[in-house]
Amino acid sequence: MDIILGIRVQEGTIIAASKAATRGISILKDTDDKTRILNTHNLVAFTGESGDTVHFTEYIQANIQLHTMRENDLELSPSAVASFVRNQLATSLRSRKPYQVNVLLAGYDVKTNTPTLNWIDYLGTQTELPYGAHGYAAFYCSSLLDRHYRTDMNIDEGLKLLDDCLEELERRMPIDFKGCYIKVVDKDGVRDITK
Amino acid sequence: MNSIAQKYTHTNNNRILNEITSARDGLASTHQLELAPSIQLPPISQPTDFLRAHTDDATNPDCKIKIAHGTTTLAFRFQGGIIVAVDSRATQGNWIASQTVKKVIEINPFLLGTMAGGAADCQYWETWLGTQCRLHELREKERISVAAASKILGNLVYEYKGMGLSMGTMVCGYTKKEGPTIYYVDSDGTRLKGDLFCVGSGQTFAYGVLDSEYKWDLTIEEALYLGKRSILAATHRDAYSGGSVNLFHVAEEGWVFHGNHNVGDIFYDIKEKEKSFNNVDG
Repeated sequence: MDIILGIRVQEGTIIAASKAATRGISILKDTDDKTRILNTHNLVAFTGESGDTVHFTEYIQANIQLHTMRENDLELSPSAVASFVRNQLATSLRSRKPYQVNVLLAGYDVKTNTPTLNWIDYLGTQTELPYGAHGYAAFYCSSLLDRHYRTDMNIDEGLKLLDDCLEELERRMPIDFKGCYIKVVDKDGVRDITK
Repeated sequence: MNSIAQKYTHTNNNRILNEITSARDGLASTHQLELAPSIQLPPISQPTDFLRAHTDDATNPDCKIKIAHGTTTLAFRFQGGIIVAVDSRATQGNWIASQTVKKVIEINPFLLGTMAGGAADCQYWETWLGTQCRLHELREKERISVAAASKILGNLVYEYKGMGLSMGTMVCGYTKKEGPTIYYVDSDGTRLKGDLFCVGSGQTFAYGVLDSEYKWDLTIEEALYLGKRSILAATHRDAYSGGSVNLFHVAEEGWVFHGNHNVGDIFYDIKEKEKSFNNVDG
Protein backbone atom coordinates (compact mmCIF):
# COMPACT_ATOMS: atom_id res chain seq x y z
CA MET A 1 0.00 0.00 0.00
CA ASP A 2 3.05 2.27 -0.06
CA ILE A 3 3.00 5.11 -2.54
CA ILE A 4 5.84 6.09 -4.84
CA LEU A 5 5.41 8.57 -7.66
CA GLY A 6 7.87 10.17 -10.03
CA ILE A 7 7.51 12.96 -12.57
CA ARG A 8 10.23 14.16 -14.92
CA VAL A 9 10.13 17.82 -15.95
CA GLN A 10 12.42 20.09 -17.96
CA GLU A 11 15.01 20.92 -15.26
CA GLY A 12 14.80 17.86 -13.06
CA THR A 13 12.88 14.90 -11.68
CA ILE A 14 10.39 14.98 -8.80
CA ILE A 15 9.83 12.01 -6.48
CA ALA A 16 7.08 11.54 -3.89
CA ALA A 17 7.18 8.70 -1.35
CA SER A 18 4.61 8.05 1.40
CA LYS A 19 5.61 8.49 5.06
CA ALA A 20 3.67 5.63 6.64
CA ALA A 21 5.44 2.43 7.73
CA THR A 22 2.70 -0.16 8.15
CA ARG A 23 2.67 -3.68 9.52
CA GLY A 24 -0.58 -5.62 9.70
CA ILE A 25 -3.29 -3.20 10.81
CA SER A 26 -1.05 -0.72 12.63
CA ILE A 27 0.93 2.23 11.31
CA LEU A 28 4.24 1.90 13.16
CA LYS A 29 5.79 5.17 12.01
CA ASP A 30 4.55 8.27 10.16
CA THR A 31 7.95 9.72 9.27
CA ASP A 32 9.44 6.79 7.36
CA ASP A 33 11.65 7.89 4.47
CA LYS A 34 11.41 5.38 1.60
CA THR A 35 14.23 6.99 -0.38
CA ARG A 36 18.04 6.74 -0.33
CA ILE A 37 20.59 9.03 -1.96
CA LEU A 38 22.91 6.96 -4.17
CA ASN A 39 25.27 9.75 -5.26
CA THR A 40 25.03 13.50 -5.82
CA HIS A 41 22.67 13.22 -8.79
CA ASN A 42 20.83 9.96 -8.17
CA LEU A 43 18.00 9.16 -5.80
CA VAL A 44 16.17 5.86 -5.36
CA ALA A 45 12.64 5.42 -3.97
CA PHE A 46 11.42 1.93 -3.08
CA THR A 47 8.44 -0.26 -2.14
CA GLY A 48 7.96 -3.98 -1.64
CA GLU A 49 8.45 -6.69 0.96
CA SER A 50 9.39 -5.16 4.32
CA GLY A 51 12.95 -5.96 5.29
CA ASP A 52 13.96 -6.62 1.69
CA THR A 53 13.42 -3.00 0.67
CA VAL A 54 15.83 -1.28 3.04
CA HIS A 55 18.35 -4.10 2.85
CA PHE A 56 18.42 -4.03 -0.96
CA THR A 57 18.59 -0.26 -1.39
CA GLU A 58 21.29 0.15 1.23
CA TYR A 59 23.28 -2.57 -0.56
CA ILE A 60 22.88 -0.69 -3.85
CA GLN A 61 23.78 2.58 -2.14
CA ALA A 62 26.94 1.12 -0.59
CA ASN A 63 28.09 -0.38 -3.88
CA ILE A 64 27.53 2.81 -5.85
CA GLN A 65 29.40 4.83 -3.23
CA LEU A 66 32.21 2.26 -3.28
CA HIS A 67 32.40 2.67 -7.06
CA THR A 68 32.68 6.45 -6.65
CA MET A 69 35.58 6.03 -4.20
CA ARG A 70 37.42 3.54 -6.38
CA GLU A 71 37.00 5.52 -9.61
CA ASN A 72 38.50 8.73 -8.33
CA ASP A 73 35.19 10.46 -7.48
CA LEU A 74 33.78 9.72 -10.91
CA GLU A 75 30.07 9.18 -10.35
CA LEU A 76 27.84 6.72 -12.20
CA SER A 77 25.36 8.25 -14.63
CA PRO A 78 21.62 7.68 -14.11
CA SER A 79 21.50 5.13 -16.94
CA ALA A 80 24.49 3.26 -15.46
CA VAL A 81 22.82 3.25 -12.04
CA ALA A 82 19.61 1.95 -13.60
CA SER A 83 21.47 -0.83 -15.41
CA PHE A 84 23.27 -1.78 -12.21
CA VAL A 85 20.04 -1.93 -10.18
CA ARG A 86 18.23 -3.88 -12.91
CA ASN A 87 21.10 -6.33 -13.14
CA GLN A 88 21.09 -6.89 -9.36
CA LEU A 89 17.32 -7.51 -9.35
CA ALA A 90 17.48 -9.80 -12.39
CA THR A 91 20.28 -11.84 -10.76
CA SER A 92 18.37 -11.96 -7.49
CA LEU A 93 15.18 -13.12 -9.23
CA ARG A 94 17.02 -16.24 -10.37
CA SER A 95 18.35 -17.01 -6.87
CA ARG A 96 16.82 -19.13 -4.11
CA LYS A 97 15.34 -16.10 -2.33
CA PRO A 98 14.72 -13.14 -4.65
CA TYR A 99 14.45 -9.56 -3.42
CA GLN A 100 10.85 -8.40 -3.72
CA VAL A 101 11.62 -4.74 -4.25
CA ASN A 102 10.29 -2.23 -6.79
CA VAL A 103 12.11 1.05 -7.32
CA LEU A 104 11.97 4.40 -9.04
CA LEU A 105 15.29 6.04 -9.85
CA ALA A 106 15.39 9.78 -10.21
CA GLY A 107 18.58 11.05 -11.78
CA TYR A 108 20.18 14.00 -13.49
CA ASP A 109 22.86 13.36 -16.08
CA VAL A 110 25.44 16.12 -15.61
CA LYS A 111 27.21 15.34 -18.91
CA THR A 112 24.17 15.77 -21.14
CA ASN A 113 22.18 17.97 -18.74
CA THR A 114 19.13 15.73 -18.90
CA PRO A 115 16.87 14.63 -16.07
CA THR A 116 15.72 10.99 -16.07
CA LEU A 117 13.20 8.79 -14.34
CA ASN A 118 13.76 5.03 -14.40
CA TRP A 119 11.04 2.56 -13.40
CA ILE A 120 12.26 -0.88 -12.30
CA ASP A 121 10.24 -3.72 -10.76
CA TYR A 122 11.30 -6.83 -8.87
CA LEU A 123 11.16 -8.93 -12.07
CA GLY A 124 13.91 -6.79 -13.52
CA THR A 125 11.72 -4.78 -15.90
CA GLN A 126 13.48 -1.49 -16.55
CA THR A 127 12.13 1.43 -18.50
CA GLU A 128 12.84 5.13 -18.80
CA LEU A 129 9.64 7.15 -18.41
CA PRO A 130 8.39 10.74 -18.23
CA TYR A 131 6.26 9.79 -15.19
CA GLY A 132 5.64 6.58 -13.30
CA ALA A 133 4.40 4.97 -10.11
CA HIS A 134 4.49 1.64 -8.29
CA GLY A 135 1.67 -0.18 -6.53
CA TYR A 136 -1.83 1.19 -6.11
CA ALA A 137 -0.69 4.75 -6.78
CA ALA A 138 -0.31 3.77 -10.44
CA PHE A 139 -4.01 2.87 -10.69
CA TYR A 140 -5.12 6.28 -9.50
CA CYS A 141 -2.45 8.52 -10.98
CA SER A 142 -1.57 7.04 -14.39
CA SER A 143 -4.73 8.33 -16.06
CA LEU A 144 -4.40 11.69 -14.37
CA LEU A 145 -0.81 12.06 -15.54
CA ASP A 146 -1.68 10.83 -19.05
CA ARG A 147 -4.24 13.62 -19.21
CA HIS A 148 -2.35 16.52 -17.64
CA TYR A 149 1.36 15.87 -18.20
CA ARG A 150 3.12 18.07 -20.76
CA THR A 151 6.70 17.58 -21.96
CA ASP A 152 7.64 21.24 -21.49
CA MET A 153 6.68 21.53 -17.82
CA ASN A 154 8.97 23.26 -15.32
CA ILE A 155 9.51 22.26 -11.68
CA ASP A 156 6.67 24.41 -10.33
CA GLU A 157 4.19 23.01 -12.85
CA GLY A 158 5.44 19.52 -12.06
CA LEU A 159 4.89 20.07 -8.36
CA LYS A 160 1.40 21.37 -9.06
CA LEU A 161 0.65 18.19 -11.02
CA LEU A 162 2.12 16.07 -8.21
CA ASP A 163 -0.14 17.83 -5.72
CA ASP A 164 -3.15 16.94 -7.90
CA CYS A 165 -2.02 13.30 -7.85
CA LEU A 166 -1.61 13.25 -4.07
CA GLU A 167 -4.97 14.95 -3.65
CA GLU A 168 -6.60 12.21 -5.72
CA LEU A 169 -4.81 9.52 -3.70
CA GLU A 170 -5.93 11.05 -0.41
CA ARG A 171 -9.47 11.21 -1.71
CA ARG A 172 -9.72 7.66 -3.05
CA MET A 173 -7.24 5.42 -1.22
CA PRO A 174 -8.92 3.51 1.62
CA ILE A 175 -5.83 3.73 3.81
CA ASP A 176 -4.17 6.85 5.18
CA PHE A 177 -0.57 6.95 3.94
CA LYS A 178 0.35 9.92 6.21
CA GLY A 179 1.40 12.25 3.41
CA CYS A 180 4.53 12.13 1.29
CA TYR A 181 8.11 13.24 1.28
CA ILE A 182 8.76 15.19 -1.91
CA LYS A 183 12.26 15.36 -3.34
CA VAL A 184 13.76 16.92 -6.44
CA VAL A 185 16.86 15.86 -8.36
CA ASP A 186 18.26 18.51 -10.70
CA LYS A 187 21.59 20.06 -11.71
CA ASP A 188 22.28 21.06 -8.09
CA GLY A 189 21.78 17.51 -6.80
CA VAL A 190 19.09 16.10 -4.48
CA ARG A 191 16.96 18.31 -2.27
CA ASP A 192 14.01 17.73 0.02
CA ILE A 193 11.11 20.11 -0.58
CA THR A 194 8.50 18.43 1.59
CA LYS A 195 5.99 21.00 2.81
CA MET B 1 18.43 -49.68 11.00
CA ASN B 2 17.26 -49.06 7.46
CA SER B 3 14.06 -50.94 8.09
CA ILE B 4 13.31 -48.74 11.09
CA ALA B 5 13.94 -45.61 9.06
CA GLN B 6 11.69 -46.96 6.33
CA LYS B 7 8.91 -47.56 8.81
CA TYR B 8 8.88 -44.01 10.09
CA THR B 9 9.30 -42.03 6.89
CA HIS B 10 6.79 -41.09 4.24
CA THR B 11 7.93 -42.45 0.94
CA ASN B 12 6.53 -39.69 -1.23
CA ASN B 13 8.13 -36.59 0.30
CA ASN B 14 11.68 -37.72 0.95
CA ARG B 15 13.29 -38.06 -2.41
CA ILE B 16 16.66 -36.90 -1.08
CA LEU B 17 16.66 -39.50 1.69
CA ASN B 18 15.61 -42.21 -0.73
CA GLU B 19 18.42 -41.24 -3.02
CA ILE B 20 20.94 -41.33 -0.18
CA THR B 21 19.74 -44.64 1.25
CA SER B 22 19.62 -46.29 -2.14
CA ALA B 23 23.09 -44.98 -2.91
CA ARG B 24 24.32 -46.29 0.42
CA ASP B 25 22.65 -49.65 -0.07
CA GLY B 26 24.35 -49.85 -3.44
CA LEU B 27 27.73 -49.06 -1.92
CA ALA B 28 27.23 -51.28 1.11
CA SER B 29 27.81 -54.39 -1.03
CA THR B 30 31.52 -53.54 -1.05
CA HIS B 31 32.17 -54.02 2.64
CA GLN B 32 34.73 -51.38 3.64
CA LEU B 33 32.58 -48.51 2.41
CA GLU B 34 30.12 -49.08 5.27
CA LEU B 35 32.81 -47.48 7.41
CA ALA B 36 32.71 -44.24 5.39
CA PRO B 37 31.00 -41.38 7.22
CA SER B 38 27.42 -40.64 6.22
CA ILE B 39 25.26 -37.56 6.67
CA GLN B 40 22.19 -37.73 8.86
CA LEU B 41 19.30 -35.88 7.21
CA PRO B 42 15.78 -35.26 8.45
CA PRO B 43 13.37 -37.46 6.46
CA ILE B 44 11.78 -34.49 4.70
CA SER B 45 12.58 -32.66 1.49
CA GLN B 46 12.11 -29.01 2.57
CA PRO B 47 12.79 -28.21 6.25
CA THR B 48 11.24 -24.72 6.00
CA ASP B 49 8.03 -26.06 4.44
CA PHE B 50 7.93 -28.79 7.06
CA LEU B 51 8.23 -26.26 9.88
CA ARG B 52 5.50 -24.10 8.37
CA ALA B 53 3.16 -27.05 7.91
CA HIS B 54 3.43 -27.94 11.59
CA THR B 55 3.55 -24.51 13.26
CA ASP B 56 1.65 -21.99 11.11
CA ASP B 57 -1.90 -22.00 12.43
CA ALA B 58 -2.91 -19.28 9.96
CA THR B 59 -2.72 -21.75 7.08
CA ASN B 60 -3.39 -24.90 9.07
CA PRO B 61 -5.61 -24.35 12.15
CA ASP B 62 -5.07 -27.83 13.54
CA CYS B 63 -1.31 -27.85 13.29
CA LYS B 64 0.45 -29.87 15.97
CA ILE B 65 2.82 -27.25 17.39
CA LYS B 66 1.36 -23.94 18.52
CA ILE B 67 4.07 -21.34 18.97
CA ALA B 68 3.58 -18.93 21.88
CA HIS B 69 2.31 -15.84 20.05
CA GLY B 70 -0.06 -13.53 21.94
CA THR B 71 1.49 -10.60 23.78
CA THR B 72 1.31 -6.91 24.47
CA THR B 73 4.52 -4.93 24.80
CA LEU B 74 5.17 -1.21 24.56
CA ALA B 75 7.96 1.31 24.80
CA PHE B 76 7.93 5.07 24.45
CA ARG B 77 10.35 7.95 24.67
CA PHE B 78 9.59 11.06 26.71
CA GLN B 79 11.28 13.99 28.44
CA GLY B 80 12.60 11.78 31.27
CA GLY B 81 13.92 8.84 29.22
CA ILE B 82 12.13 5.68 28.08
CA ILE B 83 9.32 3.65 29.59
CA VAL B 84 9.09 -0.05 28.77
CA ALA B 85 6.00 -1.99 29.85
CA VAL B 86 4.93 -5.54 29.01
CA ASP B 87 2.38 -8.16 30.05
CA SER B 88 3.42 -11.63 31.23
CA ARG B 89 1.09 -14.18 29.61
CA ALA B 90 2.28 -16.97 27.33
CA THR B 91 -0.33 -18.79 25.25
CA GLN B 92 -0.09 -21.81 22.98
CA GLY B 93 -3.24 -21.74 20.92
CA ASN B 94 -6.12 -21.36 23.38
CA TRP B 95 -4.09 -22.71 26.28
CA ILE B 96 -2.57 -20.26 28.77
CA ALA B 97 0.84 -21.80 29.23
CA SER B 98 2.11 -19.30 31.80
CA GLN B 99 1.12 -16.10 33.59
CA THR B 100 4.61 -15.24 34.83
CA VAL B 101 6.78 -14.82 31.75
CA LYS B 102 9.61 -12.28 31.73
CA LYS B 103 9.05 -10.47 28.45
CA VAL B 104 11.68 -7.81 29.01
CA ILE B 105 15.11 -9.19 28.36
CA GLU B 106 17.91 -7.36 30.14
CA ILE B 107 20.58 -7.34 27.42
CA ASN B 108 22.99 -5.37 29.63
CA PRO B 109 22.63 -2.62 32.30
CA PHE B 110 21.90 -0.05 29.58
CA LEU B 111 19.94 -2.05 27.01
CA LEU B 112 16.55 -3.70 27.21
CA GLY B 113 14.85 -5.90 24.63
CA THR B 114 11.15 -6.74 24.60
CA MET B 115 9.67 -10.05 23.59
CA ALA B 116 6.72 -10.60 21.24
CA GLY B 117 6.17 -13.48 18.85
CA GLY B 118 8.03 -16.74 19.44
CA ALA B 119 9.23 -16.74 23.05
CA ALA B 120 12.16 -19.05 22.33
CA ASP B 121 13.31 -17.01 19.32
CA CYS B 122 13.29 -13.75 21.28
CA GLN B 123 14.90 -15.20 24.37
CA TYR B 124 17.66 -16.94 22.47
CA TRP B 125 18.56 -14.21 20.00
CA GLU B 126 18.35 -11.34 22.47
CA THR B 127 20.71 -13.06 24.93
CA TRP B 128 22.91 -13.76 21.90
CA LEU B 129 22.70 -10.03 21.15
CA GLY B 130 23.90 -9.42 24.72
CA THR B 131 27.09 -11.39 24.07
CA GLN B 132 27.64 -9.53 20.78
CA CYS B 133 27.27 -6.20 22.62
CA ARG B 134 29.79 -7.30 25.28
CA LEU B 135 32.26 -8.36 22.57
CA HIS B 136 31.83 -4.96 20.93
CA GLU B 137 32.59 -3.32 24.28
CA LEU B 138 35.77 -5.37 24.71
CA ARG B 139 36.97 -4.71 21.17
CA GLU B 140 36.14 -1.00 20.96
CA LYS B 141 36.59 -0.05 24.64
CA GLU B 142 33.27 1.75 24.32
CA ARG B 143 29.63 0.89 24.95
CA ILE B 144 27.71 -0.06 21.81
CA SER B 145 25.16 2.41 20.44
CA VAL B 146 21.50 1.43 20.35
CA ALA B 147 21.56 1.89 16.57
CA ALA B 148 24.43 -0.59 16.18
CA ALA B 149 23.00 -3.11 18.64
CA SER B 150 19.62 -3.10 16.92
CA LYS B 151 21.29 -3.45 13.54
CA ILE B 152 23.18 -6.56 14.69
CA LEU B 153 19.82 -8.11 15.58
CA GLY B 154 18.17 -6.74 12.43
CA ASN B 155 20.83 -8.22 10.16
CA LEU B 156 20.69 -11.54 12.00
CA VAL B 157 16.93 -11.96 11.61
CA TYR B 158 17.18 -10.85 7.99
CA GLU B 159 19.61 -13.72 7.34
CA TYR B 160 16.95 -16.10 8.65
CA LYS B 161 14.09 -14.45 6.72
CA GLY B 162 11.48 -16.89 5.46
CA MET B 163 12.79 -19.72 7.64
CA GLY B 164 10.20 -19.43 10.36
CA LEU B 165 11.65 -17.02 12.92
CA SER B 166 8.90 -15.06 14.62
CA MET B 167 9.83 -12.01 16.67
CA GLY B 168 8.70 -8.43 17.17
CA THR B 169 11.01 -6.61 19.51
CA MET B 170 11.97 -3.17 20.71
CA VAL B 171 15.60 -2.54 21.54
CA CYS B 172 15.66 0.29 24.07
CA GLY B 173 18.67 2.01 25.53
CA TYR B 174 20.48 5.17 26.50
CA THR B 175 23.89 6.28 25.27
CA LYS B 176 25.70 9.61 25.58
CA LYS B 177 25.64 10.39 21.86
CA GLU B 178 22.13 9.13 21.06
CA GLY B 179 20.20 9.93 24.24
CA PRO B 180 17.20 7.69 24.94
CA THR B 181 16.58 5.60 21.81
CA ILE B 182 14.09 2.95 20.71
CA TYR B 183 14.46 0.71 17.67
CA TYR B 184 11.69 -1.63 16.53
CA VAL B 185 13.07 -4.81 14.96
CA ASP B 186 10.92 -7.65 13.62
CA SER B 187 11.48 -10.99 11.92
CA ASP B 188 10.55 -9.55 8.50
CA GLY B 189 13.83 -7.65 8.80
CA THR B 190 12.10 -4.32 9.41
CA ARG B 191 14.08 -1.97 11.65
CA LEU B 192 12.59 1.40 12.59
CA LYS B 193 13.68 4.18 14.93
CA GLY B 194 10.81 5.89 16.71
CA ASP B 195 9.34 7.54 19.79
CA LEU B 196 6.53 5.12 20.52
CA PHE B 197 5.81 1.52 19.63
CA CYS B 198 3.32 -1.12 20.73
CA VAL B 199 3.91 -4.71 19.58
CA GLY B 200 1.90 -7.93 19.81
CA SER B 201 -1.67 -9.13 19.52
CA GLY B 202 -2.78 -6.47 22.02
CA GLN B 203 -0.93 -3.63 20.29
CA THR B 204 -4.09 -1.88 19.05
CA PHE B 205 -5.57 -1.71 22.55
CA ALA B 206 -2.34 -0.36 24.01
CA TYR B 207 -2.03 2.21 21.21
CA GLY B 208 -5.57 3.37 21.97
CA VAL B 209 -4.77 4.44 25.53
CA LEU B 210 -1.17 5.46 24.92
CA ASP B 211 -1.82 7.71 21.90
CA SER B 212 -4.67 9.54 23.64
CA GLU B 213 -2.70 10.42 26.77
CA TYR B 214 0.90 10.57 25.54
CA LYS B 215 2.83 13.79 25.47
CA TRP B 216 6.57 14.49 25.52
CA ASP B 217 6.49 16.48 28.79
CA LEU B 218 5.18 13.63 30.95
CA THR B 219 6.84 13.36 34.37
CA ILE B 220 8.52 10.02 35.17
CA GLU B 221 5.69 9.21 37.57
CA GLU B 222 3.01 9.97 34.95
CA ALA B 223 4.89 8.08 32.26
CA LEU B 224 5.25 4.95 34.39
CA TYR B 225 1.54 5.06 35.15
CA LEU B 226 0.64 5.54 31.47
CA GLY B 227 2.77 2.54 30.49
CA LYS B 228 1.14 0.40 33.15
CA ARG B 229 -2.35 1.66 32.25
CA SER B 230 -1.85 0.94 28.53
CA ILE B 231 -0.82 -2.66 29.19
CA LEU B 232 -3.76 -3.02 31.57
CA ALA B 233 -6.09 -1.88 28.78
CA ALA B 234 -4.62 -4.53 26.49
CA THR B 235 -4.80 -7.31 29.08
CA HIS B 236 -8.45 -6.40 29.61
CA ARG B 237 -9.46 -6.63 25.94
CA ASP B 238 -6.97 -9.08 24.42
CA ALA B 239 -7.49 -12.70 25.45
CA TYR B 240 -3.87 -13.51 24.64
CA SER B 241 -2.46 -10.88 26.99
CA GLY B 242 -2.65 -10.91 30.78
CA GLY B 243 -0.99 -12.02 33.97
CA SER B 244 0.91 -9.04 35.27
CA VAL B 245 2.57 -5.83 34.10
CA ASN B 246 6.35 -5.48 34.22
CA LEU B 247 7.54 -1.88 34.23
CA PHE B 248 10.94 -0.42 33.40
CA HIS B 249 12.37 3.07 33.17
CA VAL B 250 15.50 3.71 31.10
CA ALA B 251 17.60 6.83 31.73
CA GLU B 252 21.20 8.02 31.63
CA GLU B 253 22.37 5.71 34.43
CA GLY B 254 20.82 2.64 32.79
CA TRP B 255 17.50 0.90 33.30
CA VAL B 256 15.56 0.66 36.57
CA PHE B 257 12.90 -1.97 37.28
CA HIS B 258 9.65 -0.52 38.60
CA GLY B 259 7.88 -3.61 39.78
CA ASN B 260 5.62 -6.44 38.78
CA HIS B 261 1.97 -5.49 39.01
CA ASN B 262 -0.59 -8.27 39.00
CA VAL B 263 -3.45 -7.37 36.70
CA GLY B 264 -6.04 -8.92 39.02
CA ASP B 265 -4.86 -6.66 41.85
CA ILE B 266 -4.40 -3.36 40.04
CA PHE B 267 -7.50 -3.57 37.83
CA TYR B 268 -10.08 -2.75 40.50
CA ASP B 269 -7.82 -0.15 42.17
CA ILE B 270 -7.42 1.68 38.86
CA LYS B 271 -11.08 1.25 37.94
CA GLU B 272 -12.11 2.84 41.22
CA LYS B 273 -9.55 5.64 41.09
CA GLU B 274 -10.20 6.57 37.45
CA LYS B 275 -13.92 5.76 37.43
CA SER B 276 -13.14 3.92 34.21
CA PHE B 277 -13.92 0.41 32.89
CA ASN B 278 -17.63 1.14 33.28
CA ASN B 279 -18.50 -1.98 31.32
CA VAL B 280 -17.36 -4.02 34.33
CA ASP B 281 -19.41 -4.35 37.51
CA GLY B 282 -17.91 -4.21 41.00
